[in-house]
Amino acid sequence: MKDKLSHLIKNIGIPRITIVTLLIVIYIAAYYLGLNVPSLFSDNLVRMGMNGILVLAMVPGILSGTGLNFGLPLGVICGIIGGLISIEFHVTGLLGLLLAIIVSIPLSVITGYLYGLLLNRVKGSEMMVGTYVGFSVVSLMCIAWLVMPFKSDAIRWPIGDGLRTTITLTGYYDKVLDRFLAFPIGGVEVPTGLLLFFFFMCYMMYLFLRSKTGLAMVATGSSNKFAKASGINVDKSRLISTVISTALGAIGILVYAQSYGFFQLYTAPLMMAFGAVAAILLGGASAHNAKIVHVILGVFIFQGLLLAALPVANVIFPQGNLSEVMRVVVQYGIILYALTKAGGGH
Amino acid sequence: MKQKIKNLLIQNVVTIVFVALCVGGIIASEQPLPFIVKELITRIGRNSFLVLALIVPVIAGMGLNFGIVIGAMAAQIVMIFLISFGATGFGGFMLAMVLSTPLAAFFGYLIGKVLNKTIGQEMITSMIIGFFANGLYQLLFLFLIGTIIPIGNEAYLIPGGVGIVNTIDLKGNLMYALDGLWMMKLPLVFMITGVICTVLLLIKQFMGKKELTKAQSKLGYVRIGMGVSIFAVGIILNVTTNIYKFFDIPLVTAFFIALIAIFNIAIFKTKMGHDFRTVGQDMHIAHVSGVNVAKRRILSIVISTVLAAWGQIIFLQNLGTLNTYGSHVQISTFAIAAILIGGASVTKATVGQALLGVVLFHTLFIVSPMAGKNLFGNAQVGEYFRTFIAYGVIGLSLGLHAWKTFTQKQNKDKIDLE
Repeated sequence: MKDKLSHLIKNIGIPRITIVTLLIVIYIAAYYLGLNVPSLFSDNLVRMGMNGILVLAMVPGILSGTGLNFGLPLGVICGIIGGLISIEFHVTGLLGLLLAIIVSIPLSVITGYLYGLLLNRVKGSEMMVGTYVGFSVVSLMCIAWLVMPFKSDAIRWPIGDGLRTTITLTGYYDKVLDRFLAFPIGGVEVPTGLLLFFFFMCYMMYLFLRSKTGLAMVATGSSNKFAKASGINVDKSRLISTVISTALGAIGILVYAQSYGFFQLYTAPLMMAFGAVAAILLGGASAHNAKIVHVILGVFIFQGLLLAALPVANVIFPQGNLSEVMRVVVQYGIILYALTKAGGGH
Repeated sequence: MKQKIKNLLIQNVVTIVFVALCVGGIIASEQPLPFIVKELITRIGRNSFLVLALIVPVIAGMGLNFGIVIGAMAAQIVMIFLISFGATGFGGFMLAMVLSTPLAAFFGYLIGKVLNKTIGQEMITSMIIGFFANGLYQLLFLFLIGTIIPIGNEAYLIPGGVGIVNTIDLKGNLMYALDGLWMMKLPLVFMITGVICTVLLLIKQFMGKKELTKAQSKLGYVRIGMGVSIFAVGIILNVTTNIYKFFDIPLVTAFFIALIAIFNIAIFKTKMGHDFRTVGQDMHIAHVSGVNVAKRRILSIVISTVLAAWGQIIFLQNLGTLNTYGSHVQISTFAIAAILIGGASVTKATVGQALLGVVLFHTLFIVSPMAGKNLFGNAQVGEYFRTFIAYGVIGLSLGLHAWKTFTQKQNKDKIDLE
């Protein structure tokens, strides 16, 4: 019994147990501090659906052996461009979001393909190279946002050059998924459309991983030599995984933006990969293995923690932004933990 | 000969591109040259030390140490406490140097321990450690000070009594604590350097014990000629009317930088430095030949972290304001971009590359806003461009290195198969 327990603890990992305990403690504290727990929980659901697809984008990379995709900002930028184009043509509602997704997919597929070609040439250092490719492209895009020829008043600054730093989606597709078939239950507002879309994407990923291409990808990740021996084209598998990951990044940011109500340009996408990476790791994934359930669990726990900690921390500790500091520690702490577990030390 | 030149060009392509970019930037910015030179002198004094902190881990095979951010944090922790207890002047500065050493060494030890668990992924790990440590640093200064940890002067607390204020003015306590000790005018610096170089070279040429070959003797004369011309430049600057002769050089800071440069050269002539090199080339061989690989790797990070702490103190005493939550954040990105622009790589770095890199990187930093304004009608373009340069050059260099190692490994595998 004791062995089983220690085995279980080892399996789940001490950081995960700590974080889940922390989350439960925070919810209990929220209750006793008289905060509105049901509304906190509905926000938690929204945040889960909002960030979910960005976290889902980590799955193909991890499984195919390219590792944690720190180059996620590439996909995010493609998504934002798609979103801006749909605003430029003034397409609103669900149709607008759909157009944004349709425009962003070819963009992100091309970007992902090029990025994948690069990653195939830097095997062993994908994470570091990916991080800096992401950083470089985000800073290069900062210049691009200044000179892009968009005309819409919603996108441009009214005076001066360039695009706005935040672009409001009110009147376009602000919360279209969140509100779709939403219903209240016991004080909790369920964002049905958002969750349905998230779970639908998860299901598609699940199906893909069981398809021939998907299985080949997983085989590539678990053993390069084995995959080669069974006639799988390793480079092609890795390429496909990067393309899918980038495309999911693009769709992910659009879903995120419609829920958040804004597009954020310039340096906003810079650190986005780290949150997504942290979420999937918290859910139980490692640098080499990930399941869909890790995505769902991870994004729920991580976003729940960020969300619930804010009001609770503000009551206990009115000065400063304790929850933001906690986010930094948890986010990078879990990534660091995963890196040391994956490490090549002897 | 032709082949030689071609190889030289290929090997230094990054540096050459950046020299061209700098020249283009200077022209496009239309800023007066004296202004650029003056800014540059300040920035060389401010940043060189931090860049020189990167060399040892590179040679020891740990790659570019993004963890120097943590050295900078150690320095800021010590400085903030010292300032709050009223430390001033050169004494305060030296106290900060001394007290930050054990703290930075301890942090370096911890980082080294973690990096030994992630062999092959040291750079990404050191970067994440930096982000993680920044969270703990904020926890310390935003929440623990004023509640658990007392501080010397309440004026440095955020109104409400918890946490350290955003910016701490170093005027009147540590600003120019080192720079201000001994300022010398530029022409005089040239003259003295010229005289010292000439005298030393003359001694080597004519009083050395070894018989010189013809080629060596020829080279010697060329060097003496250069020494004399440095002196001559000083004279010319002094007698003609120009603005450069009023520039001040912080001599003691320059001396500190020279000292650390010499340290970085000298250490590789010792047994310890030799061990670093062996570990960097092949950990397995190093292990077999009796080097304690794990310990040497940790030591290299400890040295780097301590040097970074000292470098940050020098940086801040020149800058004059300590941004509690921001001064350290970009340190590693800028230092690493600089050394790479100077021609270093993930496995190779020298003092010369570090110093050249500082000059090129900071020239670009000075001119790019104005160049952006003149070329694109928007100063922001230039500002984003320099951030892009910093990230881009790191990405490019890491990518090229990874590509090279991967191809080498593939070729080796092929040979093994055959």
